Amino acid sequence: MSTDTGTDTLSETGAESRTGAGTESRTKTGTQPHAEPGTEPRTDGAWIGRGRLRVEDERLLRGGGRYVDDIRLPGTLEVAFLRSPQAHARITRIDAAAARALPGVRAVYTAAETDRLPPVVNEAELRVPEGLEQAIDPLVRRLPYPLLASGKVHFVGQPIAMVVAESRYLAEDAIELIEVDYAPLPVVIDPDEALAPGAPLIEESWGDNLALRAEARVGDTDAAFAEAAVVIEEEFHAHRYVASPMETRAVQAAPGAYDGRMTVWSNTQTPHRVRDHIAEALDVPPLAVHVIAADVGGGFGQKGIIYVEDVLIPVAARDLGVPVLWREDRNENLVAASHAREQVHRISLAADADGRLLGLRDEFVVNFGATTMTGLVVPYNSIVHLMGPYRIPNADIRTRAALTNTAPTSPYRGAGRPEAVFAMERALDRLARALDLEPAELRARNLITPDELPYRTGLLDRSGNPQEYDSGDFPELLRRVREMVDVPAVRARQAELAAAGSAHRVGVGFAVYLEATGLGPFESARAAVRPDGRVRVSLGAPSQGQGHATSMAQIAADAIGFPFELIDIEGGDTDTVPHGVGTIASRALVTAGNATHIAGGRLRARILAAAADHLAVPAADLLLDDGAITHPATGRRLTLPELLFAGYELSETGYFRPPGFTFASGASGVIVDVDTETGHVAIEKYAVAHDAGRIVNPVIAHGQVTGGIAQGIAGALYEEMRYGPDGQPVTTTYMDYLVPTSEEIPDLEISEVVTESTLNALGVKGLGEGGAIAPQAAVSNAVEDALLPYGVVVRRGPLTPDRVRALLRDN
Amino acid sequence: MKPGPFDYAVPDTLHEALQLLSGTERDTKVLAGGQSLIPMLNMRLARPELLVDITRIPELGRLAVGDDGALRIGASVRQTAVADDPVVREGWPLLTTAITQIGHPQIRNRGTVCGSLVHHDPAAELPAAALALDARFTVAGPGGTRTVEAADFFLSTFATDVEPDEIVTEVVVPPQPAGTGWAFQELIHRRGDFAGVGVAVLLRRTGERVGAARIVFFGVGSTPVRVPAAEQALIGSGFDAEATVAATRAALDPQGDVHAGAEWRREGAEVLLRRALAEAWERTA
Repeated sequence: MSTDTGTDTLSETGAESRTGAGTESRTKTGTQPHAEPGTEPRTDGAWIGRGRLRVEDERLLRGGGRYVDDIRLPGTLEVAFLRSPQAHARITRIDAAAARALPGVRAVYTAAETDRLPPVVNEAELRVPEGLEQAIDPLVRRLPYPLLASGKVHFVGQPIAMVVAESRYLAEDAIELIEVDYAPLPVVIDPDEALAPGAPLIEESWGDNLALRAEARVGDTDAAFAEAAVVIEEEFHAHRYVASPMETRAVQAAPGAYDGRMTVWSNTQTPHRVRDHIAEALDVPPLAVHVIAADVGGGFGQKGIIYVEDVLIPVAARDLGVPVLWREDRNENLVAASHAREQVHRISLAADADGRLLGLRDEFVVNFGATTMTGLVVPYNSIVHLMGPYRIPNADIRTRAALTNTAPTSPYRGAGRPEAVFAMERALDRLARALDLEPAELRARNLITPDELPYRTGLLDRSGNPQEYDSGDFPELLRRVREMVDVPAVRARQAELAAAGSAHRVGVGFAVYLEATGLGPFESARAAVRPDGRVRVSLGAPSQGQGHATSMAQIAADAIGFPFELIDIEGGDTDTVPHGVGTIASRALVTAGNATHIAGGRLRARILAAAADHLAVPAADLLLDDGAITHPATGRRLTLPELLFAGYELSETGYFRPPGFTFASGASGVIVDVDTETGHVAIEKYAVAHDAGRIVNPVIAHGQVTGGIAQGIAGALYEEMRYGPDGQPVTTTYMDYLVPTSEEIPDLEISEVVTESTLNALGVKGLGEGGAIAPQAAVSNAVEDALLPYGVVVRRGPLTPDRVRALLRDN
Repeated sequence: MKPGPFDYAVPDTLHEALQLLSGTERDTKVLAGGQSLIPMLNMRLARPELLVDITRIPELGRLAVGDDGALRIGASVRQTAVADDPVVREGWPLLTTAITQIGHPQIRNRGTVCGSLVHHDPAAELPAAALALDARFTVAGPGGTRTVEAADFFLSTFATDVEPDEIVTEVVVPPQPAGTGWAFQELIHRRGDFAGVGVAVLLRRTGERVGAARIVFFGVGSTPVRVPAAEQALIGSGFDAEATVAATRAALDPQGDVHAGAEWRREGAEVLLRRALAEAWERTA
């Protein structure tokens, strides 16, 4: 990848810098010249921009979806795992004889059977980009993770044994017959405590629990703080919560079959990576494994990494020679699938007397849980999103990650950004109080303006290149949400309620964020005319509910100049696209979308060239519009199947390598009503303005924003994955782990600002995670605003009635 | 989350059901709506060897008002059936309100009133409602039928005065005197969950004074908790909410759990009581 994120290097996409991109309405410049010969100008807006209802929904809503659990092959065996009930212990004995003897049990695996297999290392997530390696020299340790606990368990839920039986019922019966003796070890669950000298060691050979250390600096922060008129110093805890996809994890592996390969249905977000890990475990070439991610019921990052179960199921299928299925139950999902979000920030801001930010210091600790699922992804995302849309000339940001006796953590919708934004936006509110400024006004004074873009922060981005905000209009985002919530009206109501001595208090809070989207290194799309005259586009990035079958078809329809209804989108099959990365990190629309755009443009050119050859007329004289080719001069008409059967190859592949991250952004404005007697927080209004560049499908975009905000509000008010001091998880069912329902999520007011990306031909930015980034900060700011007369400071969530009352009681 | 092995029987008569439960060394369990039992089976927290499904026994499916004016709810009557019944809403509005605060429609469509009472989660709505309304239980066993007052029925968390070989065939709710004011309120973080704390209040008016009072809290102990001292404080003082709250404060000793601390429950009980007293008084005639 180029280290220059300037717009002059975009040979792949041919994008131009669009300095004229407006905010209220997109500037439609009509033609966007492509560097690539033979492709057509972008046909702007024929399909892109239309709120087409999702074509996949009728099938899914009628129960026609095909999830992993719907793939039932004859003779399939089912798997259950014995998971550790201990947070930290040596295993002194495992006796699975009785389990093996149970009728219906076909195999029991323990470490004795799996220790010869390679442990899981999420190589792609642990790799340190060269630019970062050289510039900041981070410590990123890898803890290879045994497929089944070997000698020691490190968290409650860690797989110790795998039973393969004729049914899940029998497998669970057998689990109860496995005898394990444990010698308990001291437990540490808190990341600060884990990094303190003398803490119990998760990995004894390390000598400490420090899994990662990284530092980033801009300017002279000490000098900035020395000259500041105001300095605030605060501690904020981003608490642990989890993704909760509607469909839990599932893997079905079928060995052999006619092609002699291992076929694996997996609800992963990254089928190609899963394929490679399985191939490594089976000691076969990657192409000897066929991974299919068919319909997937939500991922949110939890399905974007490789787990031991992903490789253990194919291993069992290989050994036993029959299909093997594991579907995670909800209890397993809550306890043993990756958790997220837990960070402790010690953050300081320095400002001049007018509230202009001079410097930022932050030292934060990330709880990695019991192993290194991912490396820099979350901590470094937090680093490069802390400063957000604000002009901060001096910064000193340091992070450490700790191993603890808790479930491993990994990216979850937002992946380090909600945590950073919580710390930063809470700190801004504390600074506003110190300056006696309206919090929104403090933000307005510090937001980077459009004329400062592209803007370099002085940090390196996640790929190791200079971090550069390509586009956006941050002041406009804030202006809109300020208007929508009407701050003066809230201030007036606050005065009335206070005067009346009401138990109810209202408050208003804001949060502004930006998000680097469109993670590389690449994505691919293959577009091919089929014998029935339809075009199929195959993507390396599967859909977990993002609506690719609709949005990608809109992109393809415009690129090919072809009817939307005649386009089929297929994703997540490693056979149809030779390699891909996956649907993670708000990247699919940017990467797979532009790959589709490229492949579509090439296919159009190829179809026209083939038709010109076949008809012996100039290609320029031909039209391709209603799914067929016409030659207006003669009235001749040629269908695509005719062309195909005349022997022309009508398929093209496009690759898109993003030249850098393109920045989406947004602002939330929230009004809450707090019942000071009970501690109950009600959201009266949630307003959001967001900018995801050019919107391909406004219905889908609206849904993505809504879903993200719902998950953010969940973290702000309801969800917390809690552990007791003994390392026992205490929120292990949905009775105790409170996922909000539609009754708890308010109607949202959503406003769109469009500044097109300057880094890709479509002008699009990632959208999947944005909604989830700001709510915890915005809601917390609103609650603190409501309770300002009581001297309450919100330092962590979720803001349950119990926690809010405790805040009031303590003040 | 799959149950261990068990046998399953679906008797057509009460007699047959009682026979299945009696004279056996096996660990048995009665299944009605299954809204608590099935999850406990799936998590292997309950390991019965025999499940006796009573939902096909016609006489247990009756919902009626008897000659004595009492509401009789059979063991397999679903919560939705009771909550949707206009006669119940007219005569026992507290019961209707309590049921509509249970879970979600899907749960109420399956769950039975008697099942929730016999299961006895002390944070559930129905045990408190039953205690407040002076309900009584008809319990059938091998030796015949006995009646248990609500005050004696709830022993402790998940424990009621029902033997393993017995079946609660109905719950009987006496008629409420005309003019009774009522309130049923709970504090809850997420709609549909068990209450963090809740209260049922019944008041009768004598002129401008409280003539009779019933105050029952739930979610604050191992059973629903009636607070006679608070009732007396209310009656004796005319209508002194603060004296009633003070008497409550002295009487309750809630515990904390994963959802809320003891202090929040204590405070919540007091807040709810003030609100419920006002609401119930408003409804007296």
